[in-house]
Parts: sequence; structure tokens; C-alpha cells
Amino acid sequence: MKKFLFLFLILVLTNEAKALIEVDITRGNLNPLPIAVSPLSIDDSSKKSFEKILKKKNIGSEISLIVEKNLKTSGLFNPLNKDAFLQASDIAHLKPRFEDWNLIKAQALITGKVNYVDEKLRVEFRLWDVLAGKEMMALAFTTVPNNWRRVGHIITDKVYERLTGEKGYFDTRIIYVAEEGPKTRRIKKLAIMDQDGANNKFLTLGNELVLTPRFNPTSQMVTYLSYFRNLPRVYLLDIETGMQEVVGDFPGMTFAPRFSPDGKKIIMSFAKDGNSDIYTMDLENRIVEKITNHPSIDTSPSYSPDGKFISFNSDRSGYQQIYIMKSDGSNVKRISFGKGLYGTPVWSPRGDLIAFTKLHKGKFYIGVMRTDGSGERLLTENFYQEAPSWSPNGRVLVFYRETKTDDKGKGFSAKLWSIDLTGYNERLVDTPTDASDPSWSSLLSN
Amino acid sequence: MSLPFLAKKPIDLPPIVSIELIQITEKTNIPFAPKAKKTLEKIKEKEKKLVSEQAPPKKVKKIKPDSVPMPEDDINKVEKIKEDKQNPEKIDNEVKQVSEFEKDELFDPNNIAALIDKSKIENAETINKTDKVTQDQKKNIENVGLSLSEEDALKAQIFGCWSIPLGLPYNENLLVRIKLQLNPDGTVSQSEILDHARMNKPGQGFYKVLAESALRAIKLCQPLRVPTTGYERWKELQLNFDAREMLEG
Repeated sequence: MKKFLFLFLILVLTNEAKALIEVDITRGNLNPLPIAVSPLSIDDSSKKSFEKILKKKNIGSEISLIVEKNLKTSGLFNPLNKDAFLQASDIAHLKPRFEDWNLIKAQALITGKVNYVDEKLRVEFRLWDVLAGKEMMALAFTTVPNNWRRVGHIITDKVYERLTGEKGYFDTRIIYVAEEGPKTRRIKKLAIMDQDGANNKFLTLGNELVLTPRFNPTSQMVTYLSYFRNLPRVYLLDIETGMQEVVGDFPGMTFAPRFSPDGKKIIMSFAKDGNSDIYTMDLENRIVEKITNHPSIDTSPSYSPDGKFISFNSDRSGYQQIYIMKSDGSNVKRISFGKGLYGTPVWSPRGDLIAFTKLHKGKFYIGVMRTDGSGERLLTENFYQEAPSWSPNGRVLVFYRETKTDDKGKGFSAKLWSIDLTGYNERLVDTPTDASDPSWSSLLSN
Repeated sequence: MSLPFLAKKPIDLPPIVSIELIQITEKTNIPFAPKAKKTLEKIKEKEKKLVSEQAPPKKVKKIKPDSVPMPEDDINKVEKIKEDKQNPEKIDNEVKQVSEFEKDELFDPNNIAALIDKSKIENAETINKTDKVTQDQKKNIENVGLSLSEEDALKAQIFGCWSIPLGLPYNENLLVRIKLQLNPDGTVSQSEILDHARMNKPGQGFYKVLAESALRAIKLCQPLRVPTTGYERWKELQLNFDAREMLEG
């Protein structure tokens, strides 16, 4: 027994002496991940078929370009220049020569091919971890040839999710108000496009003024406000079928109808008896319920993703500030305390942040804060900008900005811009006309 | 309650203990002598010469870009993926997460065997070295951990290699602990994710992404910036990757 104890003590002591050295790595770089997007290969007969149908010379390269552009736009990836690629693109069924991709500093690689099968477009792609020399993902999609752009977006979503850990936002659309003409006689139409600005379509003719379109988070349904014979009306529009219906007439000032997270209710503010409060309407039975009851102006309501809370802005403190309350209107709490005026609060789909517009010393800011009001960060500053709308993964905001068109301050132009949560990746979203009031859809392919 | 194995003849531990004891008994607190330094440098030079004479750098045969076929196994794998995992008729939204990556982190008897073999060689080398240069070893044992500057150098190197996946939530417990077996030149002979079971658990997608990014950082950083002396001290190292501070902003 003594012998055993002696051995035990020696073991313990020696183990202590050989304690494993631990090093804590708490910082890293935020540089975009170098990724190689090898053009999707395509055989000659498929190439000819697609050229006939889509009028595109090489649909494989076109899809790869979409993936590349999406990844670059996200700010999280750095797609490498194809001229530097050492291995040819025809490697869909081969294990890549990782040393070649290592040489050009790629950390991830996308390979794949396109085929024309039974009058359909079939795409296979693989994502490789170049440093580990391993396949990370292999998927195939089949769809009608006209959907080729969506295939590019879906591939990007899958790659983005696999490498960043959060869902992508590329297979989505943005609905907005397209504007034309001088500021005093502005023609406003409802328009929709893919998130990258492609496939732009006008949904209304511009006869009536349209405002604040908002997507239903669960479907391709949109609610918006339009003036019919000078009376504000709330409409529902099904993007897929084009069917439209009137939810109701709301006399007086009506603002920003928005869906509840389950898509069953609309929340909005309108003025009744000279006082603006927040109301909800059940879309099944059309019952309207008053949520706030305060002599101040309460506007811009937005649900939290779990539907339990509502953020809104109110001037009940004397200045316009952001408040949150329970969805039944109880427990109202002010959360913005910074200098300036705060408006258009929008709850992030992730639930952790609220985006807002801030006006301070004549400048407009788009910013975010935590849901308790802490951690306020101003992402972008300009002469006039507002109406942030979240991407479905809660990483990017799209908003509109008005800029003066000449040095004397005459004329103006309104355009859509996007910015991510870092505040560094700000981009203009291409639209054929001036644009305002954007709303980002949820993912089309869930 | 009885512990039957106590009554039996002990346990096959003495060889391990004896190795450790030998190392400890040969250590003293004598400061590093200048004479020994010269001796050490001479030996190092000799070793360098030996290495350059015996093992010239291996020339990698250049292979033409398009002529590399997949090994048979890989072709079979590709076919299998097509048949089993992909649905050609509709858009397949399910991400097939290939298990190859995890396999490396799982138990592999061959790898362990290889490791044991290596450790034998390394032990032998260590014993030989201790026979030759005792004072250097003595100094190493004196310092159990890495010095602050050594740790800072290593951290700074890995900070530069680690691309943090920005999509990860900052409010979740996402700590990835990786144990490394290092070669004397700082290259990694073996890496093991200590909580590898989490990699395959449902709902742990974030952990998997973080672990993969950490492994990429280690691979990218090789050879690691380790101290030039005291291999015994740092031949095993644990890196704790924690992105919360960065993600929180």
C-alpha cells in the first residue's frame, strides 16, 4: 500500500510539472476570407443549348460571376483574381490540387459544373477547405433555365452559411418606391428587384402615390400605403400572383403599416381624433385594436422577431425618442437617451439589435443599439437618409439617402444604399430610377 | 468496497515514471554557463551540417494541371454523393455536411500508433540530447510555461492568421480548445479539438464553424513562432480560441 501511495504521489507531482501550456487567442483579423471561385465548367452541347435559350455564351461563367460578386459585396470574402488560378476550371469531378490553390493564398475554393438535362439547368458545386485539403460541402440544384441567377444566389447562401455560421441573404428581393420627376410633382411607383439590383420590375403604374411597402416575413406578400382620392389606404399585394386587396381606409395621417412576425397581423400608427397612436389589425377578422393610448405622437411600430415586444418612437418625453413595450401595450420603456432625435426603429431579425435613424445637429445617421438601449453605434452619416430595413440574417441594412445634385444645393437624388454592421462596407444599390423606402424580403428558398 | 487491482502487482507504470525521474534528477538550478552555450552552439552547427548533408530538401515533382485524376476512392465518393445525397428533381436546400473533416478529429488508431512511434523517437532524441547538453535542459525545466514575450509572439502570429467568422453570435459560449503536438521547428504534427463531440451535435453549427476557422488559422500560421529552446516545455500546447471579445465589438 505504501508503495502504491509513493507511486501515486510521484505521478501527481510529475503531472503537475508537465502541466499543458495554454495560450488564449482572443483576437483575430477581420480581413475578408480569400476564396477562389473556379468558373463552373460546362460541356459543349449544354453550352449550345443554354446559348439558344438564355442568350448567354457561357452560363457556367455567368453563374460563377454572380457568386463572386455576392461574396465580394458581403465584405466578408475576397474572391481571388481568376488570372492567378493555376488549375483549369474543369475539375468538377476531381479533387483539386490544393498546393496550387494554397500558392495563390486561397483558403476556400468553389468548383462545379453546369449541365442541360431534360430541358432543365442542373448545377453541381463543391466547397473545399484548401488549408485542410477537405471537401466541406457538395450540392446539386435543378431548375428551369430562367432561374439561373437564383441558382447563383442560392450557391452563395450555402457557401456563406458554411463559412460564417449564419444564414445568407442573397436569394432575396427588395421592394421599394421608385421615384421620377421633379420634387414637387414626383411620380412614385412600387418596384421590386433582386437584392443585387437585377430583375427590376415596376408593380404599379404611378397614378397614385405609394408609400412604405413592407414584406411579410413569412411569405411573398407585401403591405403598403397608397392614397386613393386623397384618402390613405392600406393594401396587401401578393408578389407571386399579383393579386391585391384593400385592408381598409384609415382617414387622417396613417404611417408605415408593417407585418407581425407570424404575418397574421398588421401594426401601424394612425391619427384618430387628432392624436396619433399605434394600432394592430388582425388580417383574418379585420378587428382593429388600439395598443398605445397617450396624448403624444406614437409612430413607426416594429415587432421583435418573437412577437412579444414592440419598438416605436414617441415624443412623450418632449423629444422624439425610441421606446419598447410588451405587445399588449404594457410596460412602456424609453431606450434611447443620446443627443438628438431618434426615429424609425426596426427590430433585427436576430432579435439582438434595433436599427434607427438619428437626427443630430442637422445631420442624419443610421445606427444600431441593443434592445435595452445600450451599445449605440452610428454606422453612417449624411445630409439626409432614413428608413433602414434589415437583411433576413440581421447583418446588413438597406436604407435610402438623398443627395444634392450640384454644389449650390439645387436638385436632389434619392438612392438606395446598404451598409453592414461593421459600418465599413457601404454600397450603392443599383436602381434604374431614384428610389426610397426599401424593404428586404426573407429568403426565397428556406 | 474493494479495489481489486490494488492487490495485484502494479500496473505497468514504472517505465514512464523512471523516464520522468531521470529527467528531474539531472536538473539543477545552476545558471546557464557561458561555456555550455559555446558547446551548445557547436553541437547545433554540427547538427545543422548533418541535416543538410543527410536530408537535402525534397524536390516536389511538378504535375501538369489537368492531368491529375481523382484517386479511385474519391471518384467513388463523388458518385455516391450524387446518388444518395442529391435530389436531381428539385432544388435541394439541405446542406450536406461532409464528415471528412470530423473524421480527423475522431479516434484513429493508426494515428495514435504513429504518434506513439514518434514519441518514442522524440524521447530517444531527448535522452540523447540530455546526455550531451544538460544545462540547457535544466534551464527549460526551470520555466514551466512560456515567458510573456514568447506567449505574445505566438499570440501575435495567430491573431494575424485567424479570420474570425463574423456571423457567429457574440453572446454564446463559443470557446474552441485545440491541443497541439508540435515538432521542434514549430510545425504541427497533430491537432486535436478537445470538445470534438460538439462538432457533430445538432444545433452546434456555430461551434463547428469556429473550430474549422481555428484549425485553418493554425495551418496557415505554420510553422508556429515557438521559442528556439526548451522543446520539452512546449511540444504540447493548448490554444483556446475565443471570439466573443471581437464579435461583441
